[in-house]
This record gives sequence, structure tokens and C-alpha cells, in this order.
Amino acid sequence: MRDILFRNWSKGVILFFSLAMFPTNIFAQSSSGSLDLLSSIIIATVIIVFGAIIFVTDSLLQMEGRRQLEGKDAKVDSSLFPKYIGDASELPSYIPKDRYFKLRRGFDINLEGKPENKIVETPFVSKYSVLPTDFRGIAPIPKITPEEGDGLLAGDELFFDKRNPEIKFVSPVSGKFAGIVRGPKRAIHEVTVIADEEIKYKELPELNLDSAERSDIVNFLKKYGGWVHLRQRPFDIIPDPEDVPRDIFISTFDTAPLAPDLNFAVQGEEAAFQTGIDLLNKLTDGRVHLGMDGRGKEIPSRVFLEAKNVEKYWFTGKHPAGNVGVQIHHINPIKKGDMIWYLHPHDVIVLGKMITERRYNTERLMAMCGAEIETRAYMRSRPGAQVGELLSNITFKNENVRLISGDVLTGNKKEKEGFVGFFDDQVTVILEGDYYEPFGWLLPQEVRPSLSPTFPGFIFPDMEYRADTNSHGERRAFVVTGQYEKVLPMDIYPQHLMKAILTNDFERMEGLGIYELSEEDIAICEFVCTSKMPLQQILREGLEIVNE
Amino acid sequence: MKDKMLNLLEKFEPNKEKSPFLYTLYDGFHTFLFVPNHVTKGGVHIRDNMDLKRTMVHVVLMLQLCYLFGTYNIGHQHFLALGEYTGFLEGFHLKLFYGFWQLLPIFVVAHVVGLAIEFFYAAKKGHGIEEGFLVSGALIPLIMPPDIPLWILAVSVAFAVIIGKEAFGGTGMNIWNIALLSRVFIFFAYPTVISGDEVWIAGLESTFSGAAVEYGWVHLTLFNGIFDWLGLALFDPHLTVVDGYTGATPLALAFQGGWEAVTDVYTQSQMIWGTIPGSIGETSKPLILVGAIFLGIVGIASWRIMLGMLIGTVFTGVLLNMWGATDFMNVPWYHHIYIGSFLFAMAFMATDPVTAATTNRGKWIYGFLIGFFGIIIRVLNPAYAEGWMLAILFMNTFSPLIDHFVLRKNIQKRLASA
Repeated sequence: MRDILFRNWSKGVILFFSLAMFPTNIFAQSSSGSLDLLSSIIIATVIIVFGAIIFVTDSLLQMEGRRQLEGKDAKVDSSLFPKYIGDASELPSYIPKDRYFKLRRGFDINLEGKPENKIVETPFVSKYSVLPTDFRGIAPIPKITPEEGDGLLAGDELFFDKRNPEIKFVSPVSGKFAGIVRGPKRAIHEVTVIADEEIKYKELPELNLDSAERSDIVNFLKKYGGWVHLRQRPFDIIPDPEDVPRDIFISTFDTAPLAPDLNFAVQGEEAAFQTGIDLLNKLTDGRVHLGMDGRGKEIPSRVFLEAKNVEKYWFTGKHPAGNVGVQIHHINPIKKGDMIWYLHPHDVIVLGKMITERRYNTERLMAMCGAEIETRAYMRSRPGAQVGELLSNITFKNENVRLISGDVLTGNKKEKEGFVGFFDDQVTVILEGDYYEPFGWLLPQEVRPSLSPTFPGFIFPDMEYRADTNSHGERRAFVVTGQYEKVLPMDIYPQHLMKAILTNDFERMEGLGIYELSEEDIAICEFVCTSKMPLQQILREGLEIVNE
Repeated sequence: MKDKMLNLLEKFEPNKEKSPFLYTLYDGFHTFLFVPNHVTKGGVHIRDNMDLKRTMVHVVLMLQLCYLFGTYNIGHQHFLALGEYTGFLEGFHLKLFYGFWQLLPIFVVAHVVGLAIEFFYAAKKGHGIEEGFLVSGALIPLIMPPDIPLWILAVSVAFAVIIGKEAFGGTGMNIWNIALLSRVFIFFAYPTVISGDEVWIAGLESTFSGAAVEYGWVHLTLFNGIFDWLGLALFDPHLTVVDGYTGATPLALAFQGGWEAVTDVYTQSQMIWGTIPGSIGETSKPLILVGAIFLGIVGIASWRIMLGMLIGTVFTGVLLNMWGATDFMNVPWYHHIYIGSFLFAMAFMATDPVTAATTNRGKWIYGFLIGFFGIIIRVLNPAYAEGWMLAILFMNTFSPLIDHFVLRKNIQKRLASA
């Protein structure tokens, strides 16, 4: 609301000046100067008095509106200048106006290679791996349960964190346990299973959601691998089973570049999704919130639209409007001491299927996207699949490419031998940018996505770019200001927060809202950064500091 | 072609361990010619095409307009004082070459001194050459009087870059605007050089009538030789300053006798188009406006600061008009916008992102206060009739404080809701 006021105020200033300048033009040639001075003062006074009257009236109206609505669970804008002038009439009928957020700041990176809404046949993937590095807040060397060569079913225990031995990490597929791969300092990086052709599932015990206690559900999830699908904010870690979250948030759309269309990817999963929601409702004292796609391009899938026992909030805007962190900030921000959980819709479905199908089934539609592959479509697969085998049917347009599990802003670089990340539902292939560009800073030889209007790209908003991984410049100190604020639709000063982290200023980090942020929210700022700062890395360091 | 160039460059690559200075130079030159082949590691996989070099070079490009006009205006003012070629386009080649020859040493000295120090520190600290001086170096000649002695210029640039920037840690770390710091150094260390009327006109003994003109070998032999061969008019070493000429700037006149005194000497259109004496680059208002609008639209210069500063200036101007105790106070507020270097300071000096306030709300306050103090100093200060340099440096000092209060508000709001 304050933003709105501020914007109106700045408009007023511009109006004032255009009016104040008006007499200047008329009287500029008269040398006396007293007449136009007088008239401009009169005009200014009239405007100020008039503005003050309107401002006071508006404030009173809003106060009255708030008083009348007190205690009712509705948000109505009773201002003279409602928040959504002009938008209200354009809103599709399925979006309630009082649950609608229009985010003005943000930036869509329009890349070439979006996945088409079709499903192609998935090649057989023989190797799956759960990567302990995908989970935050666990010890680097978890305890491995099976012996090498043991037969496993999908849902059988693979390893657990020594600090929380009850939380089990389970195998996504059935097959033979193929051992581990260690990284630096003996940390375990990959826990691999050789998959069967036909996946056999471990049958889970029946759980009646209506009669089950919260502790029963927690134990069920911990024991059968569902717990690690939950993530906690702040810090993005696996939640502690002792904690009860304030609320649970789920974003049902993804605005990241080349993101999969979740409406397409969750089709037919109504029952599982609803069961997952019911389960989550048992875990929190607060509510389960769904962040819905209010951009109006397509009606959200029935899976989301008809979900019950949830609070739905609608968001429209550019990336990162689809990030759960941004949505939390607008629905009910995370304060110091708060703890909320969040999930990806696919994870909700996994939890739901643990009850409806009574098996641990992580199968989902994953998007294969990026400008450098021929077939951009969805494949039915699971997280942990080996990237090379997953892409074996797909022709690459270029040899020198980077494979990314996840999107181009937050994903992880993978080799062909690497595995799709635990929380990822897309594989992106883009060009590796290891080339020199003569005078690229003055006259770039290709069109590339940029926030800056010094490139003509801003004239063609629909243009798709074939981006590469070149950093387009060297790292510098913070010089340009205000550009992060342009793309982050939150009441946060990212640059000052980063400086607080770099100077290890604990109180300032808390005050400037580090608890509300996660890497994925700040990623768009890192993209636009003129000084090529590694913001996600800095933010993670800050989060580690405040977490201690 | 590209590969050949790269191979050629590689042959010259000095050893980083043995000769760090040469390597820094090589690296600076290499990254100037080629954007390096660095790829993203960790974090985002794609990066915006914008980098600091491109940001800075856009400011420099916009300053070229001021350079063009400034060069010609040096010559124009010179001949006005002599009473020859008083039409703006008369004696075009003489004015252009005279201005060029006057400006070139200033430009070269400012860059050689500044870049040498920059390169030295880059080598010493072992990082690449940063682009900061690209803009400072382009700004410094524009805010100097055309007759500035070169040694003073060299000392002031060295002071600004060493004390103002490198002492604080280099590009992005400085507290005060580098270009203004070099100017303020001259202002305080050599006040006699930069005050008075003579310094604004190049190539004269003094501005009194009958004073002789100073031409060197280059004008009389080289340029005259070429012009003679082409059949054009020549530099005349026998010219003297005409009767009744005053080289006073509008601000000096306004201080003496208010708006009447200014309009006695200069017309409004002269002051707007910039055919008046002044610092080299700040006189032509339309060209500065072109730069200001362009930089504002592409987001390199903050429009919030520019608008805030305009508001502050108008506000204070109106206030002083109401007070009206001296002749200068009675100069109508809208004339303040173009009689001095307000627009240049607004477009290129106040908007320096490193030294300005860094929060969006802070930028409004920062801009407003610059406008406020600038007019106060301009009108009420008897010693020096222009206020933007001091106002901007003053607010540079306080911009962290402004940010502090803006941030504290954000922090308190967050704590209050917790």
C-alpha cells in the first residue's frame, strides 16, 4: 500500500511541475518576474491544498473501511484510488479480487527452447542416484544402510543423516545398490542404484488421514522417505520433526526462464494432490497456502483450481512472481523466529501417493528444454535419473553445451554422468559461452537478454534469446545501484543486505530481511548484476552465519 | 581474423609474476579489445549482457556532445574577446582548431596522470584495471576552465585519484565524486587561479581592453601554414581585447547586479545555447539535456536524483525569491536552471552511483538536498558564485547517513511486525 501511495505522490510531483512550468513559458519574456512568481505560488498552493484534502479524505475512507471489515476474513480496498485501477475489470472471473497480488517489479528472461506441451517416450535409464548434496542441513557423510549389491525396492531405505537417524532417505527405483561416490573431504556425493526395467515398489502401511494423530503422520513420513520432500524457510533446510510450522506454502506456477508448465505436468493427479494437501493440513497449526497463477494466460489446472482446504492467493507479474519466497512475502512475511514449510507441487503429489497408492512413487513429467536440443518436450521420469541416459534419444544442435538440472538461474551444472537433482523437474541445455568477443562491451555481436535499455531488445518484448554461459564482463565492486530493486518484488534492499553479509553485520542482516530470502529469489538479481557479483553464494554464506 | 588477433596478442603476454605492471596493462588492453571468455560458475548460468564497461562508456558517449560544443566554444569565446568573428559560425576553422589545441593538452594530462595512477594501483593490488577512471577522466576536462595551467591540473587529478579513490580501495569504494574532488582541490589550493574572469577565456594576457593575444608556434606556423595553403583566414597575432569586453560569467554578473546585470551582457538564448564563457563542458544546456534524458531513460543515471535535484533547486529558488533581500535573490527561480552549471551537475555529477545515496527513497532526499544547498551556496555565498561542486561533495559525505535512515525505517518496520 505504501508503494501505491508513493507512486501517486511521485505522479503528483510531476503534475505539479508541469503546471508550475506552464506560467514560465508564457511570461518568460517579461522581465519583471513577480507576476509569474505569484501565479506559480498560487497554483502550487491550490494543488497542495487540493491534494491534502484528497489525501485526508482517502485516509479517512480507508480507516472507515478497515473498521467496518474488522474481524471479517476479507480484504477490500476502500481507498479512493483502489490498488488495481483498470485491472479489476480485466481480471478473469476465476480470480477473486481480494486475493490478488499484482507484482510490478521483476524481469522475464525470454529464452529460446521452451518445452512444448507434449510427452515423448522416455528412454530406459539404468542408473539413478540420490545426491546428499541436494539437501541442506544434513551432515556431509550420511550413514549408508544397504550393502553393495543388495536388491532394493522403490521406497527402501538408502541412507540417513547421523544427526537425525529417524529421517530416512529412500531409493526412487527398484534395483541393485551400486555404491557411493565420494567428493572432497570424503563427503558422499552420490548414492547410486542400478534400476530394474520394471520398477517394483515397497508396499507402505495404510494410513487413515482422518483418524491419524499428527505424530503418526510425522513418523510415517520420516520412516518411508516422505519427510525429506518438505523444506523449511528460513534457510531452505529439511525441517526438524519436532517443529510445527506456522504455515505451509505451495507455489503452483513457475516463472523461471524455460520453466515447465506445471498445469500440464500435474494433469490427472487431482486425488494425489488433494490427499497431499490434507496431509499437510495435519502437520501445521496454520493454513496451507497455494500461490496461483494470476497472469491470466491460461486457466490453472483443475488439480490446483479445485483443491480444497487451502487458502488460494493469486499472483501476476514477471519472474520471480512464481517463487514461493516472493509469495510468502506478500501473503504473510517470515519474521524472526517464524518457521514455515514449503513444497513443490510434485512433492505434494509424492506425499499424496504415499497414502493413495501406498507406495513411494516420484514419477513425474520432467521438461527437457533449452535452445540447444531438437526435441523440447516432457518425459515421464524421476529425479535422480542419469542425465546422459535421459537425454540419449535427443539430438543436440551443438557439441559445446552445458547440461543443467533445473532452470538457468538456480539449477546445477551436470555432466552426462551426473544425475537430475532431487527437487528438479527440468533439464536445460544451453550453449557454453567460452569465447572471446571483440569489443563486446561496446557492440555485442548477438542479441542477448538484458534488463538494460542500452540494448535494443527492450523494444521487442516477445523476442526469444539464445543465451550462453559467458559472463559478459568481469567481476567488479558494487557500483550501479537500484537495479536489484527493479527486479525483486519484495520490500527488501538486496544490495544493502549483501553488504551487511559481506561485512558480517548480524543485526543488519536480520533487520534487512535475510530470513525472507533464499537463493532462488535473489537469482534474478544475480542475473542482472552489472558487477557480476555471486549474490546467491553471498546470500548462502549469510544464511549459514545467522543459522548458527 | 579474431583468432589471428588473439594469437598475436598472446605472443606479447608478459609474465604475471615477473612484471605485474606490464601484465596489468596487457590485461587491461586485452579486456578492452575482447570481452573475456569467462563462463559462469555456480549461481546463475546466464548473465545479463550489461557490464561495468558498457555502463561507463555510455556516460562517456553522452559527454562527447559536450566535448564537441566545448571545443568550439573555447575558440568562439576567444575570438569574441578579440572582437573578431563574432558570429557563431564565422571563422569556423579558426575557432575549432583553436579550441582543439587548447583542450587537447588538458584532456591528455588528465588521462595520463589519472590512468597512470590507476594502472599502478591495479598492478600493486593485483586486480584488473577497473573502469572507474573512464568516466572521471572524461568529466574532469569538462569542468575545468579553458585556461587552467596544466601542472595544477596534473596535481589536482593526482590528488583526487590517490586520496579520493585509491586510499578508499578503488572503483566503487570512494566517498566523494572523483571529478569534483579534483576541481575542489584547485578551488581550495589555488584559489587565485580559478577565481576572477580571465580564467574562463583562453589565450589572452588579461581581459582588460587592449590586452594582447597569446599565440604559439602551433597557431602561427603550423595552423596558419595549413590555412594559408587552403586559402582560409589566419590567426592574427596583432589582435587585442576589444573595448568594453567583460569575460564575466552570468553568475558573477548576477551577484553584482541581479538579473538586469546579466541580461545587459548576455541574452537568454545565449545562456541556453551556451555561447558564453564558463567551464569547458557545462555551457550548452540542450546538449546536456540530451545526455541527461538518454541516461535517465536507459537507467544509467538515476532519474530520481535528477528530478529530486530539480525540485530542490526550484523550491529554494522560490524561497529566495520570496525573501528577496539582495539582487541575486531576486533573480527569478526559473532562471537558476540555466544560468550556471546546474544541468551539468544534475546530469553527470550528482548521479554518480557510487557516491550518491543508494536507496531509491534516499535518492529523492539526496537530490533534493543537493538542489537546496546548491542554490543557497550559489546565491548567498559572496566568495564563489557557484554552488553545485560544494553541494554535491557535501551531500556525498552525507549520503551514507541518508541511506542509514532509509534502511533503519525498513528494519524497524520489519521488527515492528515481528
